[in-house]
Amino acid sequence: MERGGAAPDRVYFDYAGFAPVDPRVLAVMRPFLEAGIGNPSAPHSLGSEARESLEAARAKVARLVGGSASGVVFTSGATEANNLAIRGVVLRAPMGARHVISSAVEHISVLNACRDLEKVGAAVTILPVDGEGQVNPDEVRRAIRPETALVSIAAACGEIGTTQPVTDIARITRAAGIPLHVDAVGALGRMPLASNMGFDLMTVSSNDLYGPPGAGALWVRPGVKVAPQILGGGQEGGYRSGTENLPALVGLGVAAELMRAEAAHGEPARLAGLRDRLVEGLLTALPDWRLTGPRSARLPHHVSLVLRGAKADSILLDLDLCGVAASSGSACAQRTGAPSHVLRAIGCAPQEMEGSLCFTLGRWSTTSEVDAVIERLPPIVLRLRSLALPASR
Amino acid sequence: MAAAPKVLIPDKEIDCIGLFCPIPIVKTREAIQRMNVGELIAMLSDDPASDADMRSWCRSTGHDLIEVTREGGVYRFLVRKTR
Repeated sequence: MERGGAAPDRVYFDYAGFAPVDPRVLAVMRPFLEAGIGNPSAPHSLGSEARESLEAARAKVARLVGGSASGVVFTSGATEANNLAIRGVVLRAPMGARHVISSAVEHISVLNACRDLEKVGAAVTILPVDGEGQVNPDEVRRAIRPETALVSIAAACGEIGTTQPVTDIARITRAAGIPLHVDAVGALGRMPLASNMGFDLMTVSSNDLYGPPGAGALWVRPGVKVAPQILGGGQEGGYRSGTENLPALVGLGVAAELMRAEAAHGEPARLAGLRDRLVEGLLTALPDWRLTGPRSARLPHHVSLVLRGAKADSILLDLDLCGVAASSGSACAQRTGAPSHVLRAIGCAPQEMEGSLCFTLGRWSTTSEVDAVIERLPPIVLRLRSLALPASR
Repeated sequence: MAAAPKVLIPDKEIDCIGLFCPIPIVKTREAIQRMNVGELIAMLSDDPASDADMRSWCRSTGHDLIEVTREGGVYRFLVRKTR
C-alpha cells in the first residue's frame, strides 16, 4: 500500500484532529475534479455520470453504517450532520414535544445545537457521566419524558476516547419509541457499530475515515421525520440543499469502503495493540500521570491523559520541536484557555486540567512511532516540571 | 439615608448574543488582552452554557468575575482584569 500520513521523519499522532487522506481515495477523486463530472443535477451525460457516482458513494456509506442507501443524506461534515439530526428532529416534533436528551461529554456541535434549541423553548436534559466519561443507560431511562423527541449520545467521546453503551441505550429508546441519534465519529470502522443495533440517526465524518475534509453524512432511518436545515434547490431528497460536493463525496464513498474492509481485516486490533504499547511504555517511563477515560472501553486508536506539574501547550510545543504532532484533545479549550467541558464533566482536578494530552493513532502509525513518543515525551515533561514555571496567560 | 448601590461602569462592553461556546470566551479573552489591569469588561451572552463557562474561565485565568446578572435569557458578566 502506498504510504500516506506524515513525512517519515515525523510522528503524527493527531489523527482525530485531521486524518491524512488515503492516497487510494485521492486517486479516485482526481478525475472528478478535472473532467467536469461535477453536478449530479446537470442534464448532460457528464451529469448522469455524476449522478451514478453520487449514488454509488451513497451505497458505500450505507454499507459502512449497515443501513439503507436511501437514508444517507450527504452533508459538509459531522458538525452539519449533528446539527441536522438534533435541530431537524426536534424542530420537526410538535411544539409540546420538544425535549432532547444528550450527555455532558458530547461534541460541541451537539451541545451547541441543544443550547440553541433551548433558547427557542425546547427542553434539554444533559446527562452527567461517571469519572471515566460513561453515560449510565439507567439515567437515559429516567430522563425520558412523554414529550421527549430525541436522545443523542455519541458512540465514543472524541476527547477522551470513552466508548458509550449505545446498544443498551438503544434498547431503552426503542422500547420507548424515541429516535436515537448516534454521532459515530471516531467509532465507525474502529468498533462494532451498525444501524441495526437500534440507532435511528448516525453521523459520519469523511475525514475520520481518511477521506477528504469538508464532507460527511447523516444516516436517517426511513420513517424518522427530520426538518431540513439548509434550504434551496432540494438536493439530497430535500433534506440538504446545495449542489453536492461530488469529488469529496466520491472520496467519502471510497474511504467508507476501505474502512469497512480494513475493519474486517484486524485494523482495530492492530491499533489497540499500538495504543496499549504506548500506555504501557508511558506508565514505565513517566511518573505522575493517569489516563482519562477507561483503560479498555475506549477507542482503539485513542490515548488521552492528564499529568500534573506541566502545561499541555508547553509540552505540545516541545513535542512538536522534536518531531511529534499531538494535541490537547479539545480545540475549544485550546482557543479559550478554559478547562474543557469533558474534563470538567469527568471531575478532573484543576491542577490536572492544564496538563491534558491526546494521542490519536491511525492507518499509518507504527510501533517505531509509538516507541519514539515513549522515548521523547518523558524528558520533556520532567524538564518542564523541574522549571515549574508559574502559570501565565 | 442608605447609600445608593454603587454602579460599576465597564471600560469595555462586548455583545456575544447569538454566539455559542467557545466564541463568547474567545472574544472576551481577545478583548481583555487589549485592556489594562484593573479595567472592567462587560460581556453579554444568551448561550445557556456561558454561565458555567465564564465562571470556569475566570477561575482558571484568575480574572475577577465581579457580577453575573440575567435578564430575559441574556447574561451580563462583569469581569475585572487582574493581570
